[in-house]
Amino acid sequence: MNETVLTNLVVAAALTLVLVGAGAVVFTRNPAKQAVVLSVYGILLTVLFVALGAPDVALSQVAIGTAVVPLIVVLSIRKVGSIGSERARARSEAKASDGDP
Amino acid sequence: MTRRLRLILLGVGLAVLGTLLVVALPQLPRFGGDAHPYRDLAVVATFQHATANAVSSINFDQRGFDTFGEETILFCAVVGVAALLRPVHRERRREVASGGRVLESTSLLVYVLFPVTLVLGADVVAHGAITPGGGFQGGVVLSTGIHLLYVGGRYRLLQRLRPLAWFEQGEALGVVLFGALGLAAAAFGAALFANVVPQGTLSDFVSAGTVPLFNMAVGLTVGSSIVVLLASFLDQTLAIRADQGGAGPSDGVREGAA
Repeated sequence: MNETVLTNLVVAAALTLVLVGAGAVVFTRNPAKQAVVLSVYGILLTVLFVALGAPDVALSQVAIGTAVVPLIVVLSIRKVGSIGSERARARSEAKASDGDP
Repeated sequence: MTRRLRLILLGVGLAVLGTLLVVALPQLPRFGGDAHPYRDLAVVATFQHATANAVSSINFDQRGFDTFGEETILFCAVVGVAALLRPVHRERRREVASGGRVLESTSLLVYVLFPVTLVLGADVVAHGAITPGGGFQGGVVLSTGIHLLYVGGRYRLLQRLRPLAWFEQGEALGVVLFGALGLAAAAFGAALFANVVPQGTLSDFVSAGTVPLFNMAVGLTVGSSIVVLLASFLDQTLAIRADQGGAGPSDGVREGAA
């Protein structure tokens, strides 16, 4: 009986953490910061899966959710940023060459 | 489609979904109850085949064909990403230098964790039939472990350690091996993806029959897929740039005419 109460407490705590983490991910506005928060959220989900007795799923979650997905997001954000800055540079160069003569 | 029509469509969709959920949810078994018919059947079947990890047994023994489908989906998805992210018309590849500013603590962590992660990944793949984990998890750990080098600012070393052509072949080879193992079972007179190899003793390193073999095939596919996937993204981010020279020739002609 005591053990079930303890398990329920751990599961409840893990669920609460996941809820808070999900809120944090949604309410982070800057995508680069959001990727890091998402990674932390992945760890919270891992804790929940371990608490529910699913170590296989927890392993997948920690590998994909906290490492691969945030890395892909960060790389994509960097790529989008570099496209933007290159366009801006090309535009300013074009303007400069128009103004020269 | 006008805004009003879209809102109506959304409203209808939400109403239908809501009704279905309200009808369905009370019928679900209670959270954490004692009656688990699927577990009872699956665990018995797991122990019959001397497999310690029930999840591995379900994935690779009891429903191997399902997993083959999942593996093919992953394979196709990664091929799609690689095709989408390759350098296209009016893009060029630039040389990427290693380095940049990396904190010394980060470098130290990378040097410590790089070998540990690779060993851990290999361990998770090899013991997939006995302990939690398996080909999928171990493959992901292995491939992310290699990319620690990028975090440590050693992109050139990463490129040398990861001949992409090999991993593209490895990805395909893993899928083929998985299918071949399934077909071999059928050839030996059992069902497709049946566990035909002698299963040995429960929780021995070599036990569970075909499950460790399937784990290795999946580890090969998943590890190679994630490497190809991350390589495509890294290439786009670091090396591939829009080609400003594309407008060059016409400029030159104009200048020459002037």
